Amino acid sequence: MKTMFQKIWERHEVVPETADTPAVLYIDLHLIHEVTTPQAFTLLRERGLKVRRPDRTFATMDHSTPTRTEQVFGGVPFSIESAAKQVRQLEINCRDFGVELLHLQHDQRGIVHIVGPEQGLTQPGKTVVCGDSHTSTHGAFGALAFGIGTTEVGHVLATQCLLQRRPSTFAINVSGKLASGVSAKDMILAIIGEIGVSGGTGSVIEYRGSAVQALSMDERMTVCNMSIEAGARAGLIAPDDTTFAYLERTPRAPKGSDWTRALADWRTLPSDSGAKFDREITLDGHHIEPMITYGTHPGMVIPVSGTVPVKRNDPVFDKALAYMGLQPGQPIREQPINVVFIGSCTNGRLEDLRAAASVLRGHKVASGVRMLVVPGSQPVKRAAEAEGLDRIFTEAGAEWRESGCSMCIGMNGDNVGRGQYSVSTSNRNFEGRQGQGARTLLASPLTAAASAVRGRVTDARELLNG
Amino acid sequence: MEPIKQIRSRTAVLPYTNIDTDQIIPARFLTTTSRAGLGASLFADWRYDEQGTPKADFPLNQSATQGCRVLVAGRNIGCGSSREHAPWALLDYGFQAVISTEIADIFRNNSLKNGLLPVVVDEATATWLLANPGVEVTIDLESGTLGLPDGKKVPFPLEGFARYCLMNGVDELGFLLSRDAAISTYEKAHA
Ligand code: SF4
Repeated sequence: MKTMFQKIWERHEVVPETADTPAVLYIDLHLIHEVTTPQAFTLLRERGLKVRRPDRTFATMDHSTPTRTEQVFGGVPFSIESAAKQVRQLEINCRDFGVELLHLQHDQRGIVHIVGPEQGLTQPGKTVVCGDSHTSTHGAFGALAFGIGTTEVGHVLATQCLLQRRPSTFAINVSGKLASGVSAKDMILAIIGEIGVSGGTGSVIEYRGSAVQALSMDERMTVCNMSIEAGARAGLIAPDDTTFAYLERTPRAPKGSDWTRALADWRTLPSDSGAKFDREITLDGHHIEPMITYGTHPGMVIPVSGTVPVKRNDPVFDKALAYMGLQPGQPIREQPINVVFIGSCTNGRLEDLRAAASVLRGHKVASGVRMLVVPGSQPVKRAAEAEGLDRIFTEAGAEWRESGCSMCIGMNGDNVGRGQYSVSTSNRNFEGRQGQGARTLLASPLTAAASAVRGRVTDARELLNG
Repeated sequence: MEPIKQIRSRTAVLPYTNIDTDQIIPARFLTTTSRAGLGASLFADWRYDEQGTPKADFPLNQSATQGCRVLVAGRNIGCGSSREHAPWALLDYGFQAVISTEIADIFRNNSLKNGLLPVVVDEATATWLLANPGVEVTIDLESGTLGLPDGKKVPFPLEGFARYCLMNGVDELGFLLSRDAAISTYEKAHA
């Protein structure tokens, strides 16, 4: 009896681990972007090495790229010169080493963790790596996917392999079902609140249970995406008919008899019943409420209906609240805000935009609030426009942009100002993450959109039901 | 990579838990295409005020920490982003080891690959080190111990292969490249 993790791991052992040496693990898909690869290509050049499998390597640009249409398509220069240089370097590297690249104006370009699944490159049973911690996103398809550093990017480019010690396994069951108005983002924030930001360290989490099985692929990706925010190496969800229906529509999934063969194989991947996990916990899906962070890491999270905790003699906690400008014991609801960001690899997919639009429809963004909506990829952008979502956003007073990481990380000049409060659908509320001095409150697209309308932290159910 | 056998230094202490890699090196410094010079931006937003003036109350701006090569931090240092710029910045600044009760996975991996030693110790040792900045410690790779001023030697875990690579200055890429035949066999079997 094996867990899904074990099955995928064993299939990819080129050389099994021993007491003296880690396993040599084969990597099926290597996704790359402009920020974490330049130094790896430099290493290849220095050592006279080639990319071993350009056909298993796929590049996009997302972090440093502008989101203003005139900068993406109109030839207006990037706001940050070093960002432009980094993008040019990726183009040169992909050309010199024969790697397929979704260049700035490519109609399929987007955030690396949105593009991989959208193209159908991310498939059950594969090993997927990227020099990016949110590679855990791809685990939503039952792929073993994890983030690596730039040195390891070099290893995979040169050998298509990594040296790895086997992580432990951690089953997180979410039973029952989510209440209406409660989303996958709330589920993963509640899980991180429960186990803490280092609760998953050293392990691969498998999310299980009826509330997980009921999620769509977009929602499963939101959950797996934030596995790293609990410190886990990776997150996994067993592939099922929901997964297969999604994949069947993607351009690069197997076709014809290859599809039939792949499907038969994918059905053997889920953990055997009775397989043992190193650790296991269960949460009741019915009890999860809309969640929001109040502090400076994703574990500092409470229900939108809750109050900021009170802690005595905890200088680190005091430092976080001082940064956030919040008081112990204050309700988080009604906290005035300045910025709302809808986007990122956590919540920048079509269903996320639909959720935000469903709240915004017929409303205006509160005066004094800036709302930025950034689709996760160009295909997401076009699909949203085909449904008229862009008009709902712009008519409400929000900005509608080209795809990219944007205000999730603020590397391209899309920043939150010093001291400003931002309700963001991204994944990190670290100090300065959205700009120097920016105060980030992480929440779902529903909560973010409702907060934009009222200019204060708001439970979307008040607007949807009222 | 230079072989490392022993590190002897006074400690600099950052008594915060969950120091994420965005604090170690903020994202706006990641548009570089090289790894040189990142030490100047290490902990930039904690180290400097809005005008770029060093903040007097930040430990790394105090004379007592100058020249320290060992950093002691609260639980779970290195969480968050996988940016290898974090260990690059720490090394460029002059650190050679990081001590904590917990060190996040990707940061630990990245550190090992660059010769920045991650040292995970028990709660009591960490509490004492956090409360006593500037003490002289000796990190010995051969014995896998952290030597404290009172002569006590605290063992810390270090994966055998990583230890071998660090002590002999071996880089893992060479090891992987030497497995070329096995990789080709695997690729043929799974084509
Ligand atoms: S959207 Fe944010 S978290 Fe996701 S890959 Fe981009 S910067 Fe990283």
